[in-house]
Amino acid sequence: MKQMLFSVVAGLTLSLATSAAHAGSDAVVVEDAWARASIGTSRPGAAYMEIRNTGDETVTVTGLVTDLAKMPEIHRTSTDDRGVSSMAPAGEVEIAPEATVALEPGGLHAMLMQLQRPMKEGESFSLTLLFSDGGEVRVEIPIRSISARGPED
Amino acid sequence: MRRRKFLGYAGAVTAAGGLTLFAGWWRVDGPGAPAPSGARPLPLTKMEFKLTDHEGRTVGPETLIGKPTLAFFGFTFCPDVCPTTLSDISGWLDALGEDAERLNVVFITVDPERDTAEIMEDYVAYFHPAIRGWTGPENQIARAAEGFRATYEKVPAENGGYTMNHTASVFLFDAAGDFVSTIDYHEPREFAVPKIRRAMKEETKEAT
Ligand SMILES: [Cu+2]
Repeated sequence: MKQMLFSVVAGLTLSLATSAAHAGSDAVVVEDAWARASIGTSRPGAAYMEIRNTGDETVTVTGLVTDLAKMPEIHRTSTDDRGVSSMAPAGEVEIAPEATVALEPGGLHAMLMQLQRPMKEGESFSLTLLFSDGGEVRVEIPIRSISARGPED
Repeated sequence: MRRRKFLGYAGAVTAAGGLTLFAGWWRVDGPGAPAPSGARPLPLTKMEFKLTDHEGRTVGPETLIGKPTLAFFGFTFCPDVCPTTLSDISGWLDALGEDAERLNVVFITVDPERDTAEIMEDYVAYFHPAIRGWTGPENQIARAAEGFRATYEKVPAENGGYTMNHTASVFLFDAAGDFVSTIDYHEPREFAVPKIRRAMKEETKEAT
């Protein structure tokens, strides 16, 4: 049901997108991307970034693709009022016109499951965001230390 | 027309959100809630558990008496909250400078199945050298968590693996082992160092 309505919305967005120069995923800008180094490949990695929608239509991130991980997925960490943290797939992420969605520690993150190689500090990898209008945005993500707290110190 | 479809979608999202809230209630306040919630941690002198630190030494709550303590539950397969908290703690310890040596700082795993002492050793090496990693048999971890009034739960993940939900607060105890306060995950970071200093002052008070 949700899926069906979703594709209707996506179709409409797509038809409207052709009329405007910078609409839909073409209007998405990604800034301050960074990831933490991993210890080997057995643990999942995490990447963070700010996804800004400069257009006048809502855009929806439907998935992630990278050759670094077999199962990249946007997750949300939430901490309840007793201080218990849990993590779950965030599903599709909508970004309103002129809005920014931050993937940051303790909130949303790009969870990189089934790493194909270790994430080494100083290296970078490319991650592609998939949008509901069929568009893709490719981001080059620098890998920082395991103890990094943000895109820069 | 377009607007109506959007509203329809919003309705579906709201319904899904309602379900999530219900599921959350069930686990947090409802019949699915674990017994000790929001209760004050016991004094370290009243806790009883036996674990192993990342260098293979036998440790327990008595190891922590004599210095103020920062303790935190987590697991090394945690990609987000745990490295963030350990980085934050490392930052606070850096801010404390030499005073950091007057503290016990322990990271207790809630995932002893994967976090052996060797794995803990590899992991803590990436953070401030004052941080000790503790692991041990599942029943001892459970007793430790019970003493701290912390909770944890194994949750199956979609890819056949599992993740752990766990209390992410940092617990502060004074040198006598009495609970002082917690530093909660979403608390503004600038409150942390003064809170640690307060726990250290209670030590001085105790000593004089
Ligand atoms: Cu995750």
